[in-house]
Amino acid sequence: MSWHRRHLLTLEELSLVEIDQIHATAAAFKRTLSRSVKKVPALRGKTIVNLFLEPSTRTRMAFDMAAKRLSADVISLDAASSSTSKGETLRDTAENIQALQADMIVIRHAAAGSPLYLSRILDIPVINAGDGAHEHPTQGLLDTFTMKEHLGSLRGRKVVILGDILFSRVARSNIHALVKMGAAVTLVGPSTLVPHWFTELGVQVSHDLRGALADAEVVMLLRIQHERQATGHFPSLGEYTSMFGLNKTRASWLDPRAIIMHPGPINRGVEIDSDLADGERSVILEQVTNGIAVRMAVLYLCAGGQPENVMPTE
Amino acid sequence: MPNLWIKHARVIDPAAKRDAIGDVFVADGKIVAALSAVAKKRAKKIDARGLVACPGLVDIHVHFREPGQTHKETIGTGSRAAAAGGFTTVVCMPNTAPVADNAGTIQFIKDAAQRDAVIKVLPTGCITVGQKGQTLAPIGSLRRMGVVAITDDGDCVQSNELMRRACEYAKMFDLPLMDHCQDASLTQGAVMNEGAVSTRLGLRGWPHAAEDIIVARNVILSEYTGAHIHLQHISSKFSVGIIRRAKTRGVRITAEATPHHLAFTDEALAGYDPNFKMNPPLRTEADRRALIAGLRDGTLDCISTDHAPHTDYEKDKEFDYAPNGILGLETALAVSLDVLVRQNKFKLPFVVDLMTRRAAAVMRLPAGTLTAGAAADLCLFDPAEKWRYDAKTGFSKSSNSPWHGQTLTGRVKTTIVDGRVVFNAGKIVER
Repeated sequence: MSWHRRHLLTLEELSLVEIDQIHATAAAFKRTLSRSVKKVPALRGKTIVNLFLEPSTRTRMAFDMAAKRLSADVISLDAASSSTSKGETLRDTAENIQALQADMIVIRHAAAGSPLYLSRILDIPVINAGDGAHEHPTQGLLDTFTMKEHLGSLRGRKVVILGDILFSRVARSNIHALVKMGAAVTLVGPSTLVPHWFTELGVQVSHDLRGALADAEVVMLLRIQHERQATGHFPSLGEYTSMFGLNKTRASWLDPRAIIMHPGPINRGVEIDSDLADGERSVILEQVTNGIAVRMAVLYLCAGGQPENVMPTE
Repeated sequence: MPNLWIKHARVIDPAAKRDAIGDVFVADGKIVAALSAVAKKRAKKIDARGLVACPGLVDIHVHFREPGQTHKETIGTGSRAAAAGGFTTVVCMPNTAPVADNAGTIQFIKDAAQRDAVIKVLPTGCITVGQKGQTLAPIGSLRRMGVVAITDDGDCVQSNELMRRACEYAKMFDLPLMDHCQDASLTQGAVMNEGAVSTRLGLRGWPHAAEDIIVARNVILSEYTGAHIHLQHISSKFSVGIIRRAKTRGVRITAEATPHHLAFTDEALAGYDPNFKMNPPLRTEADRRALIAGLRDGTLDCISTDHAPHTDYEKDKEFDYAPNGILGLETALAVSLDVLVRQNKFKLPFVVDLMTRRAAAVMRLPAGTLTAGAAADLCLFDPAEKWRYDAKTGFSKSSNSPWHGQTLTGRVKTTIVDGRVVFNAGKIVER
């Protein structure tokens, strides 16, 4: 099967075959990352602009790193250094980036749907690096990639996503990918942060932590996003931790081989005990590492590469 | 101005329960029962074979942006869009810049309407100073200047105490209050209906409960004070139920629905197109069906457009940042015919009624009928003609329409105001 997409906007619109193609391509790139010379020439001569209009550490660095490993030239812009702070519209900023002959644009934006909007304006590929509370497709891809490395096929696997689901783009992208891959997904958290409407995406919604964690093979924690919660969706961080924080006792309810995931940044002591975040079941840093290979795969494919041609030279 | 002899039309005049092939006569700007043989000979004849002739349409909810936002629309351009849509009377909202909370601004609007409009443009005034919801505007002075209602438009008065006083005070002049029903505390940052679709799209939701609470509040205050409150652009099924029950008790409330809430649901937002962004937002299929049922049984009194022009550069933004509102005047009739007559089997005269006599009755305007002696405000339309709506070349100054580029059925051919043809065959007839 060849790859046809130029943009990566959502996981909702990807087929299972496409997700598998990205994962296979990422696996091939991951092998190159353990070599002494980590660079491959796949995107030599191409320029990628990372337009990060919302703060990001991990995602931005991983996209940077991925582009450099592919030998692309990379320019990164944030909200403070771009003209959006002077009132320039997103359309104008993006058209200027295209006029500067960038070959691809990676966008992180606080407004849901803005990558789709750019994809309609621009002729160059647009990669969504997180849009508001909508999607974060590369995160969903790297999370499911990491799960597959540990569990093999995800069909029938019990995955719990725990925390602030309402405001989480990570949750939405993971839900779309996991449902397509056949996992049994349960969303858990306070009822104000896990509205029942999520069931329409093909997942279970629960507010019973014990029942949900029992025998789960993956638990993915989501950060309580203080900055998005102007209005109080729950009484306090302390109450959140006491009701839904993952601690040793609660982790003991999981399947013995279960992995603990978190897209970062972690609030230690809030959604997860510090010890668990660093413990042997935690794959949090593996997720970060896999983030490079997965983003290499996405950049490579959307730039016109084909999955079967990933034959990196030493 | 010549007398008119409109011949062979399907004449629909709901006020007179008339629906028959026949003629309409106009003399000196008024409808007359007949013309003398001599007058007939001299009259300008309009062959309306195959067309419906009905009272000029009445829209009690438009935004013409003048003064202050004339880059979006003016009273001149808005009135031309209205004429092209078959409207002969419209009621303007007061959220201009400055807002219409004083006699001077009302005078400005009336002067502009007198000078620039091709149809009848009627002003409303604010309920509170600056539309800020803190102190009452000079409602008596506004009334004296001729406002047909008071409203704080999109800035729904949040204080129940202030709304109660506004009701009591306006009742003294028997002046209707129009309310955009929205509890602001429930809709902070909201950009679309709250539900399964907003959850999927990651957009902040506007729960219908925020409308229902204020609809209920207004029912209570109307009943308590005896004031007439008109509930604007109802979007929620639950609100329709509140209004239905209140009307059975005889509470003095009226309500409207817009063509867009009748035609679309929140599923239309899947592509994040700001031309589907408005306030109140598009809701679910169950809500849409309830609005249609509400029009059918009289719970909702009329159709109005909430014609809300914004320039391309204002609308062409990330969905979260685009302003609310869409155009409506040039498409309202065709969309209403499509949704109500073709899809929901409403009788054509009833839909005409919803857009003429009933709309006028809500604001107690002397419009919406073809009875002898009435102003000769008419709309002639072909209910079957298919046409492609191009918002870019339309008569509004803006083009923010979700129907842009679509083929619509039902086209206005001629619009007549006080016996003068103001729109004909796709063109405005300038004075």
